[in-house]
Amino acid sequence: MELVVHFRAAVALLGRFPALAGIDLDVARGQIVLLRGPNGAGKTTLLRACAGLVPVVSGDAVVLGFDLCQDPRPVRSRVGLLAHSTGLYDDLTADENVRFWGRACRASRAEIDAALAVVGLDGTLGKVPVRRLSAGQRRRTSLACLLARRPELWLLDEPHAGLDRDTRDQLDGLVRQAAKQGATVLFSSHELDRAEALADRTVELIGGVAGLTADPDPSPSREAAGVA
Amino acid sequence: MWRDIALVAERDLRIELRSRVTANQVAPFAVLILLLFAFALDPDRGILEKATPGLYWVAVLLAGVLAINRSAALDDADGTRDALRLSGLEPPAVFLGKVAAVAAELLALEILLAVGVAVLYDAELSGFGLLAATLVAATVAIAAAGTLYGALVGGLRARDTLLPVLLLPVLAPVLIGATRAFESALGTTVTAGWAWCGLVGGFAVVYLVAGSLAYGALLEDS
Repeated sequence: MELVVHFRAAVALLGRFPALAGIDLDVARGQIVLLRGPNGAGKTTLLRACAGLVPVVSGDAVVLGFDLCQDPRPVRSRVGLLAHSTGLYDDLTADENVRFWGRACRASRAEIDAALAVVGLDGTLGKVPVRRLSAGQRRRTSLACLLARRPELWLLDEPHAGLDRDTRDQLDGLVRQAAKQGATVLFSSHELDRAEALADRTVELIGGVAGLTADPDPSPSREAAGVA
Repeated sequence: MWRDIALVAERDLRIELRSRVTANQVAPFAVLILLLFAFALDPDRGILEKATPGLYWVAVLLAGVLAINRSAALDDADGTRDALRLSGLEPPAVFLGKVAAVAAELLALEILLAVGVAVLYDAELSGFGLLAATLVAATVAIAAAGTLYGALVGGLRARDTLLPVLLLPVLAPVLIGATRAFESALGTTVTAGWAWCGLVGGFAVVYLVAGSLAYGALLEDS
């Protein structure tokens, strides 16, 4: 079993403060893993740590074979992060944003066109400046940017937020398809029914800064990231 | 590397063409500065003519700070800094691309202001070789130092006010060198114009190198 994410007693800092205190987590290639937990539990921080954006200062933290404690930068171009913020330029059109970020990660024109088509931005909607798009349309634009990257590891922070039902269904389909093709998906969500139906595994995060505690109700498909 | 520089420069210029911040806000502000100097010094045309190179570069610097601030703000908005860190673009290429875009905007601004001083201050433009060389060197110097300091204050709440406070003293050598070179080109004083131009060029090279080396660390820290 090839591990895409391997954390052991990993401590991550936000500024000078520990946001994750001693996480244990293994995720195998092709898995879809749901991170759940209350606000402040550290779901977003864990996703950002996996993307190499939050420094992991101690313990083991290996993502896609790269040691995040040594140097998190090499992993960044191989993951795709769908965060709360869009990462889009308001004055550019949706099409221009996707083309810029796609070209930045060496995606071909065909791959960028395909990403735009998948989320329905290949028509007139793609020619609209991002500042005039609705929150859901911006989310779709961000998703197209992620698809154009063809990441090995998808990191999705509340991916269903702000999307209508059809787009949520479409997103779930894209996630399953990516996992079938060998991508690994780690995502957080508060929409538990939909998220648990999508996930192969559920990991409970509790405690945020204080670290993680055991899942109070573990089941074969649910586990808890442990405490250091 | 060149491809990434062009990609970032194209993005910033496309955003400027779409938003027209430099065209609709920075350029009128720069012309307004020239007008205010003209109103203040008009009774004594001799002083105005002698001071034309200095007033020109003061106007360029003050307006340039606005353009630089706008450029820095682009990569602070709505997670774009994180997206840049994840993009795989090399930080030196991002830095040089942003410098190229700011320099292009400043050059357009400087040409507009040159027309302005010719009309408002009755300045007779001469010594075009030295003028052009100084213009290019000073533009690159201002863009490079400005982009570096823009990244330094990036993400700070006080960025808008902090940037001019930090940047304008740093650009004092450019102001002095470019003014002396222009004075020499226009014949208002006898100075070693090309030497001053060389000083400004050296400043530009130093900040291009320093910015290329430091930009990655600044992206991480801010």
